Amino acid sequence: MLNYIWAGMILLGVIYGVCTGQMSALTNGALDSAGEAVSLCITMAGVMALWMGLMEIAQESGMITKMTKGIRPFLRFMFPKLPEDHPAGEYIATNLIANVLGLGWACTPAGLKAMEQLAELERERNTCANFQKIEMQEKIRSDKSRQKWDEIGKDKRNLEIEKGKTYSEKTEEYSKNREKQNNDREDKQNLRNIHTASNEMCTFLILNISSLQLIPVNMIAYRSRYGSANPAVIIAPALLATLFSTVVAILYCKWKDR
Amino acid sequence: MNALTHMSDIMIPMIIFWIVGYGMVSGVKVYETFLRGAKEGLRIVVEILPTLVGLMMAVGILRTSGFFDLLGKMIGPATEAIGLPAQLIPLLIVKMFSSSAATGLVLDIFKTCGPDSYAGMLTSILMSCTETIFYTMSVYFLAAKVTKTRYTLPGALLATLAGTVASIFLAGKM
Repeated sequence: MLNYIWAGMILLGVIYGVCTGQMSALTNGALDSAGEAVSLCITMAGVMALWMGLMEIAQESGMITKMTKGIRPFLRFMFPKLPEDHPAGEYIATNLIANVLGLGWACTPAGLKAMEQLAELERERNTCANFQKIEMQEKIRSDKSRQKWDEIGKDKRNLEIEKGKTYSEKTEEYSKNREKQNNDREDKQNLRNIHTASNEMCTFLILNISSLQLIPVNMIAYRSRYGSANPAVIIAPALLATLFSTVVAILYCKWKDR
Repeated sequence: MNALTHMSDIMIPMIIFWIVGYGMVSGVKVYETFLRGAKEGLRIVVEILPTLVGLMMAVGILRTSGFFDLLGKMIGPATEAIGLPAQLIPLLIVKMFSSSAATGLVLDIFKTCGPDSYAGMLTSILMSCTETIFYTMSVYFLAAKVTKTRYTLPGALLATLAGTVASIFLAGKM
């Protein structure tokens, strides 16, 4: 994705620059920007080191774990059908907290784990639903074939004992085979459902994208680099805006999930 | 908006006090732990440096070519009526795909308009309350092997729209 955006910006810029005859300005623009990126990183280094240092303390002291536990009631509200103590819940909590604290590096791994767990949960659900259906159909069929097997079994019983296999063992083997066939069939049916997002996945991603953030650390660093009189002045309005977008997201999810 | 400014001012000192205080009470070796985290922070900055050079160069080329001016003349009058300066349109679109590409555009706006101008304020707030929708969705759904995303995209777009509207409203009050 970034390949196209990056190449697109450069190609478009050069072509348009040639058309408007801005070639020397273009050279300066490219060189100046590259130098500027380095000086920006020097400013950013201070803010990032400070913030990450504080976060390390928060993590070490168990503050983040405590916060993860603290949002359990919220998770129960947002994901009412998620079983209590399902591993997905913890990953979702970690991801949301990391998001709020602006810990980009901690968000994604937990988020991906949460998605995998939700996919697993969805598979279990489908299997349960299908299993009941198939069980009904199979019961009728297997009753018939079991009767047939019983008849054959009477004839062959003596032979089986000679081979060291009892009749009951044979029956067990037979039902195991049956089970395997059932599983194969279930898998085929599930393939259709597996690739569809569950309600939990939709809710989780929308919440994640609405991105509730406590302190926009990067923005503050950029603002201070470009000479803002008060770089941190955006914290409160940013918090209000992000709260608003998150509330809208919650309402939307609740409406869809009703 | 004095209350908002005041709240912004006290946030960072409060959080620093809270984290360090809580760490002390919990018996964490706060200073050593802080140094370890700070080292990690520096590593992250070094890692994003090449990205920033690449993207700021691309945006620099695009800006000096006069392309943004053209875009501003074309769609500026329409968007400025709703309080959205023309420079923010490419930013809003790019932000849906890539956070680092958006950073390049943000810095360009700060440089040309100043971070305390209306456009600068709006950019700061907007970037703090929106996410890279398409990037996040593709990565997360890939992990779950999901191809039918159902109502995720409309919901994400709605949340982003809500954030944008709130940002325009709040930036106007600053």
